[in-house]
Amino acid sequence: MGNITLKKVNKSFGATQVIPGIDLTINEGEFVVFVGPSGCGKSTLLRLIAGLEDTTSGTIEIDGRDVTGAAPAKRGLAMVFQSYALYPHMTVRNNIAFPLKMAKMDQGAIDKKVTEAARVLNLTNYLDRRPGQLSGGQRQRVAIGRAIVREPSAFLFDEPLSNLDAALRGTMRLEISELHHQLKTTMIYVTHDQVEAMTMADKIVVLSAGNIEQVGSPLDLYHRPDNIFVAGFIGSPRMNFATGEFAKPYDAHTIGVRPEHLKLSTETGTWRGTVGVAEHLGSDTFLHIHVDGIGLVTARVGGDFAVKHGDKVFLTPEDGRVHKFNDKGLAIR
Amino acid sequence: MARAVSTRRTVVFTIVAWIIALVIFFPILYTIITSFKSETEAIQGFNLIPSGTVESYQAVQAQSNYFKFFLNSVIISVGSTLIALLISVPAAWSMAFSPTNKTKDILMWMLSTKMMPAAAVMVPIYLLFRDFGLLDSRFGLTIMLTMINLPIVVWMLYTYFREIPGEILEASRMDGASLWGEIWYVLTPMAVPGIASTMLLNIILAWNEAFWTIRLTTTNAAPLTAFIASFSSPQGLFWAKLSAASTLAIAPILIMGWFSQKQLVRGLTFGAVK
Repeated sequence: MGNITLKKVNKSFGATQVIPGIDLTINEGEFVVFVGPSGCGKSTLLRLIAGLEDTTSGTIEIDGRDVTGAAPAKRGLAMVFQSYALYPHMTVRNNIAFPLKMAKMDQGAIDKKVTEAARVLNLTNYLDRRPGQLSGGQRQRVAIGRAIVREPSAFLFDEPLSNLDAALRGTMRLEISELHHQLKTTMIYVTHDQVEAMTMADKIVVLSAGNIEQVGSPLDLYHRPDNIFVAGFIGSPRMNFATGEFAKPYDAHTIGVRPEHLKLSTETGTWRGTVGVAEHLGSDTFLHIHVDGIGLVTARVGGDFAVKHGDKVFLTPEDGRVHKFNDKGLAIR
Repeated sequence: MARAVSTRRTVVFTIVAWIIALVIFFPILYTIITSFKSETEAIQGFNLIPSGTVESYQAVQAQSNYFKFFLNSVIISVGSTLIALLISVPAAWSMAFSPTNKTKDILMWMLSTKMMPAAAVMVPIYLLFRDFGLLDSRFGLTIMLTMINLPIVVWMLYTYFREIPGEILEASRMDGASLWGEIWYVLTPMAVPGIASTMLLNIILAWNEAFWTIRLTTTNAAPLTAFIASFSSPQGLFWAKLSAASTLAIAPILIMGWFSQKQLVRGLTFGAVK
């Protein structure tokens, strides 16, 4: 099981309203990512589901059961924290066994489960170490191990990879995705990193200022953003926006074009600009081009595209790839 | 960049540090030296070499029973510390982990009671003790010292607990620990160094407290501070006996402090240096 339903969930800290009222359904087995800039309320939302914060109003249901007032432990969820939150005075074995010990499981069953979790997570040789003697990635795996032995109805991840270096982050991303395929348990994952959201999620929930901006699959959000916020947040490098006379031919207040949907030419095109900084990634090159009237526009071109700083170039948005928005910032379709 | 520290500089610093330490420690050292002099030697003026006589110690022990005072000191300082911890641990815990917007004010208010001169409340406290029959009782003194040191104990524990990441406690809550389980399995083991150094410091403070211990006791509950005071009598100056009494009174706590200095330094600098 692992269906989670939020109904008009509201959270205020004193007079400050962090989440004005959210309705959301998470289906069993889904990998849902809450993504948004810092301060958008995504962590608060996760903590509300976990029961670590009290809802101001609204209800939270897990598998049809109202858990709004239930203690965290009574919700059948497991959480992996950003700081791992391992118990520093316990060995890896005892860290993983802790939730089972709290559930008063007998020692034989605990040992079996801990051994199995350690095998899955490659921690067998580290069971008698303390968290202080482990690397960041190993600590993260212990935290995950502590979560999986409980066999929760859903896993909650609160920015679990943000303390790891870039290379390890990539590896752990794959490991968590792989784990999801193995366990087929609902997972809710909070991150500010849209790359993590795009690569891991079945369903992305984009949040801004406590409101849900859009819910959809990664490609849904990429191809059909509902508004300027989602359009700008999803996709890397960021979408380019233009207003005024540039948007007029499209009957829109604002238009948006992704860097990969701009055609570059040295001879002819719709927009004229001067090449600024070029970022060579090998496979691709990101060109930052100063376009008169728009400002800095990013274009994604092949790795070997030959232009230098100061060259004049022409940019043309590809047909059918231009996103149109009205004066309220909502998509026109 | 590696910093070159010349040997000469190290030597100079070491000498200066020793001189400062010696200046600070000198009164205690001179008290100990004087306690091994005869009364005649003691009033003859500055002299660092005592004759080594123990007659003052014998006289002090003959005049009053050291161990009775020592026992009172132990009961009062340890007792007040344990009661203070019993009250402060939950108090500091709630302030550190579920603070309200008044928590800072409460902490400040608690500390502000330490700014009040003790003499200002001497008469009311004395009258209260008299009316409740607490004068010259170990119980009354234990309660008094608990009250006096409570703000410091709460503050120290609060600073300590604040260093424990809240996420670890939340993790234990997610893992199904009850409030008791959370305190017993997670919080206490992590806070043991902090609780220990708070306890040590508080015992020292209570042991040395002299204002109330002297004024609220006469014979039965009198601790070592009163023992020292009884030798600075109006009968005359008995420097050697007074020194012997002082040495006897500070020796236990000095020895305890020496053995626990690592804990103490860590406790006092916690949070500032990490």
